[in-house]
Amino acid sequence: MPDVLLARYADCIFWLARYIERAENLARILDVNETFSRDSRGGQNWRSIVQLNSDEERFFATHSTASVHSVVNFYVIDADNPTSIVSTIRYARENARTLRSLISTEMWVQLNIFYNRLVALRVADLAPGNLAPLFATVKEACQTHTGITEGTFFRDQGWYFYQLGRYIERADQTTRLLDIKYHLLLPSVSDVGSPTDLSQWDALLRSAAGYHAYRRLHAGTTTPARVAGFLLLNPAFPRSVHHCMREVGRLLGEVKSRYALRHGNDAAEELDRLQAVLGTLDISAILGAGLHEFLDSIQRQLIAITRELSTAFFGYTPEASQVQTARLQ
Amino acid sequence: MNPSVLDGYDPQEFYCEMLRSGASRAVRERLAGLSIEALKQRAANANAELYNLGITFTVYSDSKTIDRILPFDVIPRILSGEEWQHIESGIVQRITAINLLLDDIYHDQHVLRDGIVPPELILTNRNYRPLMRGIDLPHKTYVNICGTDIVRDEHGAFLVLEDNARTPSGVSYVVENRHMMLRAFPDLLDEIGLRPTENYGAKLISALYEVAPAGISDPRVVLLSPGTYNSAYFEHVFLAREMGVPLVEGRDLLVEDDRVFMRTTGGLSRVDVIYRRIEDDYLDPEAFLPESMLGVRGLMRAYRAGNLALANAIGTGVADDKAVYAYMPRIIRYYLGQEPILQNVETHICREPEALRYTLDNLAELVVKPVGEAGGYGITVGPKASRQELEECRAKLIADPANYISQPCIKLSVAPTLVDGRVEPRHVDLRPFAVTGSSTWVLPGGLTRVALRRGSLVVNSSQGGGSKDTWVVA
Repeated sequence: MPDVLLARYADCIFWLARYIERAENLARILDVNETFSRDSRGGQNWRSIVQLNSDEERFFATHSTASVHSVVNFYVIDADNPTSIVSTIRYARENARTLRSLISTEMWVQLNIFYNRLVALRVADLAPGNLAPLFATVKEACQTHTGITEGTFFRDQGWYFYQLGRYIERADQTTRLLDIKYHLLLPSVSDVGSPTDLSQWDALLRSAAGYHAYRRLHAGTTTPARVAGFLLLNPAFPRSVHHCMREVGRLLGEVKSRYALRHGNDAAEELDRLQAVLGTLDISAILGAGLHEFLDSIQRQLIAITRELSTAFFGYTPEASQVQTARLQ
Repeated sequence: MNPSVLDGYDPQEFYCEMLRSGASRAVRERLAGLSIEALKQRAANANAELYNLGITFTVYSDSKTIDRILPFDVIPRILSGEEWQHIESGIVQRITAINLLLDDIYHDQHVLRDGIVPPELILTNRNYRPLMRGIDLPHKTYVNICGTDIVRDEHGAFLVLEDNARTPSGVSYVVENRHMMLRAFPDLLDEIGLRPTENYGAKLISALYEVAPAGISDPRVVLLSPGTYNSAYFEHVFLAREMGVPLVEGRDLLVEDDRVFMRTTGGLSRVDVIYRRIEDDYLDPEAFLPESMLGVRGLMRAYRAGNLALANAIGTGVADDKAVYAYMPRIIRYYLGQEPILQNVETHICREPEALRYTLDNLAELVVKPVGEAGGYGITVGPKASRQELEECRAKLIADPANYISQPCIKLSVAPTLVDGRVEPRHVDLRPFAVTGSSTWVLPGGLTRVALRRGSLVVNSSQGGGSKDTWVVA
């Protein structure tokens, strides 16, 4: 009976995709910070990564300073930190465990091996020279998951909820990535347009895997407005908020009509509002009104869409504070 | 030259499944051509693969979940076609009798009135479910899935040790062990006429369709699991996948107007047949334990109203009770007018004064088992027990004799097993799985469990047991 999907499974598959996407993005952010983003004195700002994830309180409860060592530890192998890569993949695996009768064996095996490899990491594995290859491995494992899923997952309702989760999380991560630079690394007035400032914008593009595509569009010129516009609004860039929301709209419409699902209209309305904004504003208007405020409003709308999807299809309405994580299984 | 697998292997005084079987000749010859080193390497790969595939059971300690594989021994246990035919017909006979017994005790109770089984043994049994009285089941099938534990004594005779007629587990290992052997030892399997284990899921769902409520043309079947934290969760996943049905938990189901529904993305959807892997007690808080969080409120109403089939039926635990087991030969003769094809292990029912006296007098030679336990818990093996353990056992027997049976200590057969880099004899049993809808089908072979500790007779996975692939060869 492939025409029905348990509400609980829809929830799990949505969150499985989100956690994988989240882990991949965290690896991207850490990688870029470690490799490219240095200030004019060659220092790295690790504190901004803690702020990006709103983890200041928990982080500084156990660490006195935000050094490369403490931050990478906290975000890669600290199993007590719910936002670490190992925790995120653990949540992904727990969801996958629930879904084992639905997902392909190959999806499960890859995730199982990936998780076991992360659990086995020790502090020594995070020595400076090991970091770039480690982040590359994490990214590649997440992408391998995505590829195996694309190649093996049966295209029924579950596939739609998987993709909905992936695109919503990806859009959310892109707004956070942009926020880190614009809001948290805000340069002093004298630094705007300086080589350091511009190299940080380039680093941002690299972390979103958008550097080369951006170069093809804007040869030679890196400006904050163009980078922000590219990451938010470019319809062809797979990590842009615009692209992700267009996919969410298509998927939601298709899953509702193909499987005659009565609910979900409220989610579609929330999405319409967000798409209307993305379709009418240009980047100068966004910057004029304040980028941080704009990114904030997108994040709030993504939360609203998630809540409406939960209510319509997953059989429960999460509390506002719990919309960024899966319901405890 | 490197030593090969069976060089120096000595089964001592025990019946060896490998050396005594004519059917194992081809396999023995091939093993002779394989070095111990090669065997160890393949065994390590196979066990690593089982772990990565997540063919595991889950244990809990310090609030952490740990996945363990059931240790897999790569040297197969071999049964001839003749041996299998004997086992298979014995199991079909036994399950036929068990279903007739259950139908009888939940209807007219001839077996009690005719004095074949003491009424109090049935009617005061904690697994006897009065709410089953008068319910007519399709094909009178109560036990759809049964696992029969069989041992082999030093003469090579197969004896039934236990019937598992509630929610027996282990069949997933039978099928997955075979998959593993096909990958790791293609050279052993060539052209030996091995009977396949592949179609268990298809047979199971066919049987479940056969017992679906009358009048439903396209019944929806689901598998009900306690959830991911259950130690047998992998098996639930396996069975749901093999049958192609949703794997649900209690919270996914609800009962309205005596009909069962599951919660889907599109709303409520009807459910007609449940293969439940939850014991009776936890199935419906309205009918059984009120504190159960695993079950579905109102399930028994739907069941009694005839809107739902459950596999296995409610109240089958009375038939696999260890005290009722002792009467099984008489039960087979009573219902079928036949001699049992598979014998029981000689059993002393300690509720009977004479049997109690015999048990107390011969405690050091007997195995004493509580009647209501599963998983090998609470067993005292006389010849292996310390003086203190024997005295504790004696005290328990005297305090509550009806809770115990005793049996002679069978010298279980052995099979060559790779342990710590050497091939040594280890004791084995056999649990074939039978599926019954309108008739009974037995999966060729079954789960061979092996006690990995030297000299140990306890094969349960919770007590250091492993498993082997069981080959029925032509």
